[in-house]
Amino acid sequence: MIKFKYSTIIHTLFQNSNIASQHISMNDHQGVSLRYCEVMSQHNPENSQSNASMSEIQSSYYRYHSRKVLFLLSVSFGILFLVGIAASFGSYELDLVTVYTTIFAGIFPGMGIPESVANTIIWDIRLPRISMAIVCGASLGVAGAILQGVLRNPLAEPFTLGISSAAAMGASLAIIGGLKLFGAYSVVLNAFISAFLATMVIYSIAKSKGMTPEAIILAGIAIMFLLDAVTSFMQYLGTAEQVQAVVFWMMGSVSVANWETVFIVFCIAVIAIPYLIYKASDLTIIGAGDETAHSLGINVEHVRMRTLIFAALLTASVTAFCGIIGFVGLVSPHITRMAIGGDNRYVIPGSALVGGILLLGADTVARTILAPMILPVGIMTALVGVPFFMFLFMRKRKELW
Amino acid sequence: MVNLEINDVSFSYPGADILHNITFSIGPGEMTGLIGPNGSGKSTLIKCIDTILKPKGSILLSGKDILTMPRVDLAKSIGLVPQHGTSAMDSTVFETVLMGRRPHAAWRISEEDINKVANALERLGIGDMAMRDFSSLSGGQKQMVLLARAICQEPEVLLLDEPTSALDIRHQLEVLEIVNHLVKERNMSAIIALHDLNLGARYTDSMVMLRQGVIFSAGSPVDLYTPEMIEEVYGVKAEIISVHGKPHVVPIRPVEYGHFHPDDYKAEVSMEIPA
Repeated sequence: MIKFKYSTIIHTLFQNSNIASQHISMNDHQGVSLRYCEVMSQHNPENSQSNASMSEIQSSYYRYHSRKVLFLLSVSFGILFLVGIAASFGSYELDLVTVYTTIFAGIFPGMGIPESVANTIIWDIRLPRISMAIVCGASLGVAGAILQGVLRNPLAEPFTLGISSAAAMGASLAIIGGLKLFGAYSVVLNAFISAFLATMVIYSIAKSKGMTPEAIILAGIAIMFLLDAVTSFMQYLGTAEQVQAVVFWMMGSVSVANWETVFIVFCIAVIAIPYLIYKASDLTIIGAGDETAHSLGINVEHVRMRTLIFAALLTASVTAFCGIIGFVGLVSPHITRMAIGGDNRYVIPGSALVGGILLLGADTVARTILAPMILPVGIMTALVGVPFFMFLFMRKRKELW
Repeated sequence: MVNLEINDVSFSYPGADILHNITFSIGPGEMTGLIGPNGSGKSTLIKCIDTILKPKGSILLSGKDILTMPRVDLAKSIGLVPQHGTSAMDSTVFETVLMGRRPHAAWRISEEDINKVANALERLGIGDMAMRDFSSLSGGQKQMVLLARAICQEPEVLLLDEPTSALDIRHQLEVLEIVNHLVKERNMSAIIALHDLNLGARYTDSMVMLRQGVIFSAGSPVDLYTPEMIEEVYGVKAEIISVHGKPHVVPIRPVEYGHFHPDDYKAEVSMEIPA
């Protein structure tokens, strides 16, 4: 026979509590009087927590906000400084003062007569390459930030999602397979279209199956292997010259830079990045989950589709001209978030600046470390990126998997 | 004035009917509890009311059908505290609560938004955590942050999906006290899905008992809770006692458990506590 004596049970449960002993009065076994509200309002000193006042909370927020602005400004100045250094290195050494006066004179004609050799070297050879590195780094950084945000996956980037492999396949179809529908621009446009299509395929798979972040990465890696196999097959069929062209393209390089190509990549970046910054706060909220975002008034599918299209455009434009440059897209958003947190209104411009400085730095090292040999920048970014990736993986392993 | 009317709402996933002809209404300043066993459709109903799921039937908010309202307008009126809330990668508590201002705010965060977030954090006693990473918080702290986010949204209707399930008793009481206070102070309506029948009885004005997607019974907790109802809906023998004028369910044992007959095990489950 089961027999409970309720008053006794409740008394036993509460007898050691100073709150309960003050506020519970026992009547009979059917009616225990408990003054709940008083129990709640009577704070046990052990449980009470200190609480910041409103003004303290506001000032800590403003301090945090200033830190973000300071970070963006510091990286911007860092880029300006690195531009000078990068432009001074090369087979014809220039000093920093000459470099900056030449750049300044080029931007504001009539402010001084620059030395003609320095002018040619800087404006015709070095600055296009430097600009290409910055614009491509910025585009890749932003694309990585968007992919990571939209797919809610810290490992998402063009490389791990197979988008770069798709571009490589498109390029090798043009170089080896002879699929030259677009004349002189066949390699570029094939790579562009393939990269764009791959992004849409991955997004469709993720959406239709309601996949988890881990599964999306696995799907991306599967697509990467598939497309790499096609590229390898093309290389197997190709002549030595064709294979060399494909391999060089796949290593990633900003050496194709001239003002015309820089202008094309820059135009896409200048349309896409402001739009993505405009959508940044919605993207941050989508990071908190689709249901939360929906509940806060966001049309999740619209935002996701549009931001993904722009991220694909950015990736495709860079990959089409410069080949596969890995890890800039992965690490730039992570570095930015580590410094200034996860608010995409700052993460997106931050990733652009960090991506720009990273790729410019990597390219400067790549073309000077074994000078006069110029290494493909894709090799340098991977050499720097892989250790960082491992560090991140070890540090955040539990959160990621 | 009736704030929220749920009329003949049904919802089904392909191959599985979840909700059938749910009808009830809730007025301003009222808290309605949704109770029922696992899988009875509580969370689905909450998601239907927030239009995360699109049900059949109509849900009227002060006479307007919310199923045809623009999302942003709806977000100004209905706030949700999810069961397992997450935040964006590397977001602080402040940034997470600030998301609640999204339906009202433009791209630029105004001073008013910052004031409202700071005020909500201070009132819930979590101001010290404002700049901490959301992912580093405990379950109870996260629930408080999500409640603060919903408060910043300034909705007329607050939906809470089992907000106390993962919390210790102190945090359970804290969350429900705060919600209760807000509902009365701001004349809001709240619909709260709960597993704990006794907390439900204590804090809600009326209850809707769901079983297998239909309303089994509805009314005040005093009328609703009977040993027969508990046995029929939950398959549990229980006694109902009165605690401070509120019904208090004391579960005794399941009517059946697995393929064992309860009589075989009565020696193990019986207990006697000396007076």
